[in-house]
Order: sequence, then C-alpha cells, then structure tokens
Amino acid sequence: MPSADIIAAALLNGLLTGGVYALVALGLTLIYGVLHIVNFAHGSLLMLAMFGAWLLVDRVGLDPYAALPFMTGIAFLAGWALYAGVIGRISGGDDRRILLATLGVAVVLDNLALVIFTGDSRTIDTPYAFAVVEAGPLLISVPKLISFVVALALAAAMWAFMTRTDLGRAIRAVAREPDGARLVGISPPRIFALSYGIGIGCLGAAACLLLPTFYVSPQVGNVFVLIAFTIVVLGGMGSFPGAVVGGLIIGVTESLGGLFLGESLGPIGIPLIFIAVLLLRPSGLFPTAR
Amino acid sequence: MKRWAIPAVVLLAVAPFASASQFLVNLALLTAFSALLGQSWNISGGFGGLTSFGHAAFFGLGAYAGAILQTRFGLNPWLALPVAVCLGAAAGAAIGWAAFRAGLRGSYFALVTLAVAEALRILANSLEITKGGLGILIPLRPGLANFQFLDRRAMYAVVLVLLGAAIGVTAWLARSRFGARLIAVRENEDAAAALGVNLVRTKVAALALSGAIAAPAGVVYAQSYLYVDPSIAFGVERSVEMLLVAMIGGAGTIWGPVLGAVVLHAIDDTTRVFINTPGFAPMLYGGVLLAIIAFLPNGIAGLRARFARA
Repeated sequence: MPSADIIAAALLNGLLTGGVYALVALGLTLIYGVLHIVNFAHGSLLMLAMFGAWLLVDRVGLDPYAALPFMTGIAFLAGWALYAGVIGRISGGDDRRILLATLGVAVVLDNLALVIFTGDSRTIDTPYAFAVVEAGPLLISVPKLISFVVALALAAAMWAFMTRTDLGRAIRAVAREPDGARLVGISPPRIFALSYGIGIGCLGAAACLLLPTFYVSPQVGNVFVLIAFTIVVLGGMGSFPGAVVGGLIIGVTESLGGLFLGESLGPIGIPLIFIAVLLLRPSGLFPTAR
Repeated sequence: MKRWAIPAVVLLAVAPFASASQFLVNLALLTAFSALLGQSWNISGGFGGLTSFGHAAFFGLGAYAGAILQTRFGLNPWLALPVAVCLGAAAGAAIGWAAFRAGLRGSYFALVTLAVAEALRILANSLEITKGGLGILIPLRPGLANFQFLDRRAMYAVVLVLLGAAIGVTAWLARSRFGARLIAVRENEDAAAALGVNLVRTKVAALALSGAIAAPAGVVYAQSYLYVDPSIAFGVERSVEMLLVAMIGGAGTIWGPVLGAVVLHAIDDTTRVFINTPGFAPMLYGGVLLAIIAFLPNGIAGLRARFARA
C-alpha cells in the first residue's frame, strides 16, 4: 500500500491532467450535442493539433502557451473546413455513414502524420518543464498547473459563450430544434460547420496545454479517442458540466490506476469504466434533456 | 454471380499453387487471410448492420488461445482450431448479450467493441500467462502434425479452406430464414420486432457466428508467424482492416469481402512499388473508404446492381 503522500500526489496529478482531458472532451460533447454525430476522428485531430503545436514550438520557436491562440485558430479553421468539405458532404445524415466517415478521416489523418512525421515520439524542451511549486508535502508540476488553470478558464469561457451570446444561443437552438431554428432565420448547416470548428478549436488549445508534459506520435490519437469518449459517456453525451466532471474523474482514475495496478495494467480502468457506463447507465452522470 | 464467375474465382485462387514464387504465394495468402477476416466482419457488420470497431477481439482471442494452449499445455495446434471456433462464438455471444440487452446500437455498439478490444489488449499486455508485452514465441517445429509449414503454399491451402467455409456459411446466411431475420433487423428494428423477430437473440447469434470465424483465423496467424503480441492480436489496425475489407468490397454481400481484400492488397502492393513510406498505403485505404461511403454505399459489389438498373 503506497503512503498517503504518494496517493495524494497521484490524486493531484490526475486532477491536473484531467483538466486538459475535460477540454478535449468538451469539444467532443459539443459536436455530439449539436450535430448528433459521434466524431471518431477526435483523437486523430488532437494528434494532428499536437504536431501543429510541436511545429510552432520546435520550428518557429514559440513558447507553447504563446502558440495556444494561433493553434486554436488554426484548429478551428481546419475543423470548419473538414466539416464543410468532407464530413458534412459525404455523410448524408445517416448515422452509420457519419460514423464510418469520421473513422475514414481518422485513418487518413493517422497515416498522413506517419508519412509526414514518421513514427517517432516527439517532445519539446521548455525551461519550466520540470519546475515545481511546493504545497505542504506535495510538489506540483508548474506546466501541469498552468495547463489545468488555462483549460478550466477556457471551459468557463465556452460556457459563457454558449449561454450569454447570440451565437451561443443560436447553436443551442440548432441543437434542440433545427427546424425551429431555421424558421427564425438560423442556418443549421452553417451552425453545424461552426460547431464542429469550435469543437476542434478546443483540441488546438488542448494540444498546446498537453505538449509541455506529454509526447506526440502518430499513434497518440488512439490513446486519446477512448479517453475522450469515456469522459463524454461518463458525463452524459452532450453535457458541458458532465465533460468537465468526467474529465477530472478520468484523469484521477488513470493516475490512481497507474499507481495501484502498475504501468501496464493501470490503463484498463478507462475501457472498463466506458463499458460499465454504457451497459449500466448510458445516460451518464448528467443526462441531457432530449 | 454470373455462371462463369465462380470457376474464374476458383482458378484465380488455385493459380498460386503452380507458382514457385514465394512473393506471389505470400500475396495470395495475405489476400485470402484478409478476405477471411473481412467475411467475419461482414456477417455481423454487413448482414446484421452491427458496425464493430473492435473485431480484433475475436481474432486476438484465437491467436492467444492457439499460442498458449500449445506452448503451456502441449495441445496440438490443429486442435486449437475447433477450440478457437468455440471461444470466438462464446466471446461473440457474451459481448453481444451484454451490449444488445442493454439496448446499445449504432455508434454506441461500435465504441463498446472498441473498448472491449482495448481492455483485452491491456490484459494481454500485463498478464503473466500471455507473457505481457514480450508476446509469445511459438517454437519452430515444421511439419504437418505441428501445423507449421516451410512452404507457404500449405498455409495458403489452409486459409483457402477456411475462407471457402466462411463463404459457404455466408451463402447459407443469405438464403436462410435466420439471415432474413438478421437483414430485417438491420433494415428496421421496430418493424422486425413487430413481426415477431427476437432482436437480441438474432443479433447475439450473428455476433457469435462472426466471432467463430475470426478466432480460428487468429490460430492460423499464430501458426504462420509463430509469434503473437498484444498489438498484433488486439490492435485497432486489425479491427479497421476487417471493417475496410468488408465495406470497400460490399458489406452485406457474399463476395464483397473477397473483392475488398483483392482491391486492398492490389492498392497496397502497387503503391509500395512506387512509394514505400510507412503509412502511405494505409492512408489511401482511408481515402478509399471515404470515397466508398460518399459514392458507393454498397461497396464495389454494389456497382453491378447499379449497372443492372441503368
């Protein structure tokens, strides 16, 4: 049995990582809530955004946090274009075709990254990569703390955007009642592309927040796609608070799983939670009214 | 199929036996192997509309069962084939029973199968009996009795027999009452239920049948390469390949997976001649899948129906 300090450190570490997971899941849950599509390409798009952030840091020489606004904008545009140009066009509204289309996009992107960047894992060097602050007996990683705070601030900003702005209201209107939204002059296809763009924009920000403490390789999308779906299903498909709470729970689960079950068996908590939630409580912790 | 088509396919399938070129035999072996796995996916995913992202679970269970039974318990690997059939069917029934009783369908079912395969990968990566991430090496002992062949043509013959059986099962499915119920469930669950079709039982049976075909293919894989590890057995790539082969050729048709496997390996080998960068050929498969979804939802096999109508 590990000591209380080690458990507390693992808890804190998981919570901090969970903040960024929450941001990743927020994009996925937004796309599901508005477009009602299961975006299987989510992990691959995050992987690509991480490579984009890596290029901005390693080749352009930006600080990862300075790269965040640029990467968010690029990811937004890429997501918008991907929906308007590919996914929205070929899926034709059919559930299975949309799912397979996003799978096709994931296969193309994963292998495109393999062609361009090869299979090597890449990391960045920052002067603060190993900086820590002391909090009693605990050492808190500075980049993880920054990422956590920024991720939650962005989640709050998204919440404000969705509830306080006209555009946010239009998005929620389309999510609830596309036909009614059309009657009051909102164009659902434009809102769909916009929402997909915002969902992927979250990944651009998350990529910059992950990079200081994580690695990137073309296979990393496979890791994140299951994490993101587990969070969204656990929190309740389409629920914003669910994505944030679910993100924190999954971050802690992953961290404690590694501590108690070891490096190789530890990750099993995530697929097991995913299967259990879908079989026993498919509406999740925060069921969305639909 | 037209009357001349079946002899043509048989001729094409048998031709590699006359060849001494290991390259050609290997290509034929890999193609037939993909077709076999694609046919497994096709039964549940094509005829039943049960889109699975984790069919590698069945393949991997068979591969590990074969490897463990002979290295630990001294079982003859030929006997691993019937064991794998039962194991695959049981796994399919168990996953299906849990998922369909809970009412999972569409994307949710796809994601659950993905999670099951991932959980099995993690287990195989950490348990002692599977030798963790090191994987299991099967000792080299060539000979018919040990199900190990120095000449690849022998293994190709085994795969052809299994593929023939899988095609036979699919052909039976397409004509049987069970197959009719399965297609009815795919097309409209509510209408099928109203006509008295037991939805859960029909879907569970389809997944069990599919698992019973993929698992022995895992045994064949283990005997061909004499090595199994967690990613080979349960990796997402394998699940995606099974889906691609069936979707590209024509999901829900008898010959679709064969067609899909031929197209996939033709793309693979021609592109590798020109561009051998890792990832380039699989990237094209993804593009082909997108094109198929956009323009040919019934796969290449659906082209014929299209021309027949025109």
